[in-house]
Amino acid sequence: MIRLVLRRLAAAAVLFLIVLTLTFAAVAGAPGDPLAPTDPRIPAEHAERLRALYGLDQPLPARYLRWLGAVLLSWDWGQSYQTGRPVSGLLFESLAPTLLLGGAALFAQYLLGIGLGLIAGRRPNSWLDLGVRGASLLVYALPTFWVGLMAVLVVGVGLGLAPTGGMTSAAAYELGPLPATLDVLAHLWLPALVLGLSMAGDIARYTRNSLIEFQTTDAGRAARARGLSENRILLVHGLAHAAPRLLQMAAVSAPLLLSGAIVAEAVFVWPGLGSTMLQAIQAGDVPVVLAATAYGAALVIAASLAADLLLVRLDPRIKAE
Amino acid sequence: MRRSSLPRPARAGAWTLAFLALLAVAAPFLAPYDPAEQFDSAESSRRPPLSSLLVVRTLDGEPRLAEQLAVDGGDLVLLRRSGALRLPLDSVTNYGERGVTERRRAWLGTDALGRDLLSRLLYGARISLTIGLLAAALALTAGTAVGSLAATGGRFVDQVLMRTVDGLLCFPHLALVLLLAALYRPGTWLLVVLIGGTGWMGLARLVRAEILRLKQEPFALAAAAAGRSPAGVLVRHLLPNATTPLLIDASLRVGGCILVEAALSFLGLGVQPPQASWGSMIADGQSHLTTAWWIAAFPGLMVAAAVIGSSLLADGLSDRLAGLRAGTGRRTRARSPWAIRTWLGQT
Repeated sequence: MIRLVLRRLAAAAVLFLIVLTLTFAAVAGAPGDPLAPTDPRIPAEHAERLRALYGLDQPLPARYLRWLGAVLLSWDWGQSYQTGRPVSGLLFESLAPTLLLGGAALFAQYLLGIGLGLIAGRRPNSWLDLGVRGASLLVYALPTFWVGLMAVLVVGVGLGLAPTGGMTSAAAYELGPLPATLDVLAHLWLPALVLGLSMAGDIARYTRNSLIEFQTTDAGRAARARGLSENRILLVHGLAHAAPRLLQMAAVSAPLLLSGAIVAEAVFVWPGLGSTMLQAIQAGDVPVVLAATAYGAALVIAASLAADLLLVRLDPRIKAE
Repeated sequence: MRRSSLPRPARAGAWTLAFLALLAVAAPFLAPYDPAEQFDSAESSRRPPLSSLLVVRTLDGEPRLAEQLAVDGGDLVLLRRSGALRLPLDSVTNYGERGVTERRRAWLGTDALGRDLLSRLLYGARISLTIGLLAAALALTAGTAVGSLAATGGRFVDQVLMRTVDGLLCFPHLALVLLLAALYRPGTWLLVVLIGGTGWMGLARLVRAEILRLKQEPFALAAAAAGRSPAGVLVRHLLPNATTPLLIDASLRVGGCILVEAALSFLGLGVQPPQASWGSMIADGQSHLTTAWWIAAFPGLMVAAAVIGSSLLADGLSDRLAGLRAGTGRRTRARSPWAIRTWLGQT
């Protein structure tokens, strides 16, 4: 078991190194000079001095190694061009909102997906099944940001059931911990629902197919032969059959979830990684954009590592291999 | 002629895509107005769907719109959103026996600058579909090339390529596209390179797996034993047999690329004005959401239609493939990648 965990950890570390290299290559290959003087009155020596300060006067391999060393050894992602603050601190602040939104969306995704999958899988090819399949195609096809905008319009503005953006109301933190938490939840539920909904279709489809398939397996026939109720067969045994793959799907959908989080954050003005990244893009703040992208990839690696390790606990056959 | 044996939803998907493509191609003939025309935008902006305004043409050459008209003495009174506007009747050029009959109809409403939304949707289809199709084609080409190279280029090449693929797949696709868009600031056509160039990794894995599997099949071994070069075996025997899974992926990817383009344009880093795609039209509508929902609403439905079409087609193709593999146990021996009709059953 420990060897397996170590092996997975090592693989994740190698993957992270590859991700860092690719990010560096993208930035190093980009045209334009971030330190080129925008004002002709600035003397050329000044630009040279800045170049030396940021280490841009050194050859590419040296810059790569220095950057990699700083990132890996002291988690130093450089400084924001805009504020001069360390990038790592800046992103640390926006990581928690993104994790909160992503986690809540994942919860909504599985709740909706498994629920709808059960409804559809109970009676294959009934009109309920067709409805669920149609709906899951529709939520996949509708752009997340569009659904978000319409949700803001209908639920937020029209029905007044949710705030139309942001993570907290002004001065909510003064009311004490419980009202402040409730305030965040009130802001959270709609973006999480929209983001989760956009990905629930896959889960619903897989759950449905897996339930139908389960009833043709030996285990499924045995469950039926023992006279278990329909509900017990589907809810307990059928879902247990689907569980390992459903867990894997969480890891597979992590990059999609984060992509969706970027646009959801833009629509709902959620102060997470995506918003930070977009704001940095508009300001031309390359170190922040670069680090935010790498953070996104790191989250994906972490998610798939977690899913891998959980899978070992869920499915002992993997350990035996 | 035999009937196509594609399942009905897949045919519906193909027809949807074909219909949208037809709309895009025929946009100049179908669009009621110039999509960029700001016709008296003070009056025409943010008009709801199915609204129509009277067009009053005058000697000064500047047409004006009005909700209603009245004649008062020698003046024509234009009842406008901003109040009444009086024009001398003899300066109006299109005032006939039955008054002014010319109307400007906005079937799907107008945007904030008074541009006709239906016309913009039709022209937007050109941009959105072209980017989607070309990006998917690029991804298909790149994925096939990398996948084949990894499968046939030896252990080292395989390792380097597939580890790069693993790394690239860790990035949330949109984050990667945003990073590159921020660094390279692409124009509309470079967007194709950006979206297609970041969307081939899954395909490369697929192609590699297919080729590795097919390489062991008797027909491939026989071709190699008969003296065909490895490249010849790849191009003449392995790739043609991998066309179906490739086409399934490519079909799904068209929709995926349209969604990525829409998201990128929505975030302001994709298609730039004066060009407009469905995604950038939704972005235009965001700031007028509460006063004019239709600006954002309709382009989103167009995106959904295109993506649904592409998914249905992909679903149907994969059902057909599953049938082929399970049913006869015989793989179609296609001579060239274009012999698609063999497995479509449309010979």
